[in-house]
Amino acid sequence: MSAEVTDAPAGLATARQADDGQPPQAVRAYLRFFGSELRLVFRRRRNQLLLLVVFGFPLLIGIGLKIAAPHPDNNGGGNGPAVFFNQLAGNGVFLTLIALQALLILVLPLVVAVVAGDSVAGEAGYGTLRYLLTRPAGRVRALSVKYLAIVTFGFAATFIIGITALLLGVILFPVGPVTLLSGTTVSLSAGLVRVLLVALYIAAAMAAVGAIGLAISTLTEHAIGAIAAIMVLVVTSEVVDQVPQFAVVAPYLPTHWWNSFDALLRTPVDTTTLWHGLLSFAVYIVVFGAFAWAKFTSSDVTS
Amino acid sequence: MADGVPGPLAIASSGLTKRFRGGQIAVDHVDLAVPAGSVYGFLGPNGSGKTTTIRMLLGLAYPTSGTAALLGTPMPDGAVRVLSRVGSLVEGPAFFPFLSGWENLARCDAADRTADPRTAKARIGIALERVGLLAAARKRYRNYSLGMKQRLAIAAGLLRPRDLIILDEPTNGLDPQGTREVRALVRQIAADGITVFVSSHLLAEVDQVCTHVGVMRTGQLVFQGSLPDLRRTHAPRVSVKTADVEAAATVFAKLELADPQAANGVITAELGQTEPERVTAELVHAGVGVRELVVETPSLEELFVGLTGEGFDVER
Repeated sequence: MSAEVTDAPAGLATARQADDGQPPQAVRAYLRFFGSELRLVFRRRRNQLLLLVVFGFPLLIGIGLKIAAPHPDNNGGGNGPAVFFNQLAGNGVFLTLIALQALLILVLPLVVAVVAGDSVAGEAGYGTLRYLLTRPAGRVRALSVKYLAIVTFGFAATFIIGITALLLGVILFPVGPVTLLSGTTVSLSAGLVRVLLVALYIAAAMAAVGAIGLAISTLTEHAIGAIAAIMVLVVTSEVVDQVPQFAVVAPYLPTHWWNSFDALLRTPVDTTTLWHGLLSFAVYIVVFGAFAWAKFTSSDVTS
Repeated sequence: MADGVPGPLAIASSGLTKRFRGGQIAVDHVDLAVPAGSVYGFLGPNGSGKTTTIRMLLGLAYPTSGTAALLGTPMPDGAVRVLSRVGSLVEGPAFFPFLSGWENLARCDAADRTADPRTAKARIGIALERVGLLAAARKRYRNYSLGMKQRLAIAAGLLRPRDLIILDEPTNGLDPQGTREVRALVRQIAADGITVFVSSHLLAEVDQVCTHVGVMRTGQLVFQGSLPDLRRTHAPRVSVKTADVEAAATVFAKLELADPQAANGVITAELGQTEPERVTAELVHAGVGVRELVVETPSLEELFVGLTGEGFDVER
């Protein structure tokens, strides 16, 4: 331990001296709390394993596709993954899009669900919530810090996938000007900017999942229950989205706009679809954020 | 602070009530008055509403009705303002098992919006040293013994200079050694002029460290006052073993001893202001053969059971 500790005589008087009575600025204190929450999330071995998994998937997909590379002659129009696959052999940048699209279905939401479901329920389960609040952390302050940490983790997972896939794509496949879904070809740098925007769009979608997860997490003290509930919700939404009979509700489903990132890969960019998607994410964040706030600030901490 | 002199209250509550959703009343119109600078023992059997009361005092649970104030600040509205001056241990220790003791305290400190980050390291070190955990600071919480966990929770309560420490069952699950350590720590904290509010169902604990007591029974505060006040509620009794109970009863009547009770060759009565020596002299003078004369001062346990009821007759 440090010198100031061993030199100091024990006693509260010393604690009083050590505390100069100058409370830090609110913003500084908030950032300190946020930093502590980030350390808690990112240094937890379980979460590190999750990030390792999202790091491993692009490697698996990239190497798999290199071995069974589709023939460049198949290059054609159309939508969806098939297009990305067909273009991959000609341009490694597409590995990023393939990886993001593949992991967006289940793995990425799961990664976010684990951290979001654990955020409040986990602390309640360990009993640390009562000590957090009597620090005092402040209920709204604690909730917002937790949400920001979830969003950060979602961003980190998304960008780990994106960057890993991009680097591997560059190594395994030729790289050059990017042919967009609309058939136009843009320069490599313009293509990379679009890929970056795709990643940001997906991270925003994950922020919405995080808000849903945070809300569910305030309802229980069993983190695993919250995580499972979030995943059931995500999968149900994805299934319902595929059923034509439910087309009326489809646009309101939390997962409906996830794949709309391909709007960014057209010229001109399909901004209407894009804004619809972002609006949907924003509404989910506001509604579920408000629910979490209402629940967390009004209920007794009994754990 | 002298007894009976009204001073500032570290904890004050008025009509504090908690009714659970099922309709069960856990805390029923509790009016706490904890004088600043006292060591207040909050007694009651398990399930008598102690922890729920503490949760309301700390703003963790919201009262159904009534008010509470810590250090003059109303709760739960003032939680953020006042809780940095209050250290607390509620229902046992709770920390992240995958973090070390030091990391757990750092986490606690980071969440406190009024804690100065520049002094965090020094304060964590001092708090750990105070509870004798400095050597185990880098050990994971998971590997701590129960006593170490309890002490870490107390250390978390001592991270900042406090004016009030609330300890809910601080010796729960501790071995006698650990219990002694906690008791010594409570004395030390109190010696620094900090008000200590300690809940317990262990009477010895209270008897040895407390200046004031509050006794809970099925959600109600059935007694509150200084420890001598509590003792005064049950007068010592004189008990005489004799072959001639009737003669002894006459002597008792002459001495005007209250509440005489005779059975099986033993007669007892409240001693009141009468000297035991005088009882002995009068008995001998009246020619009553005394086999045994005992003055029975009720133990705290007897007082406690008298207030809270025997063993399992929990009234709910």
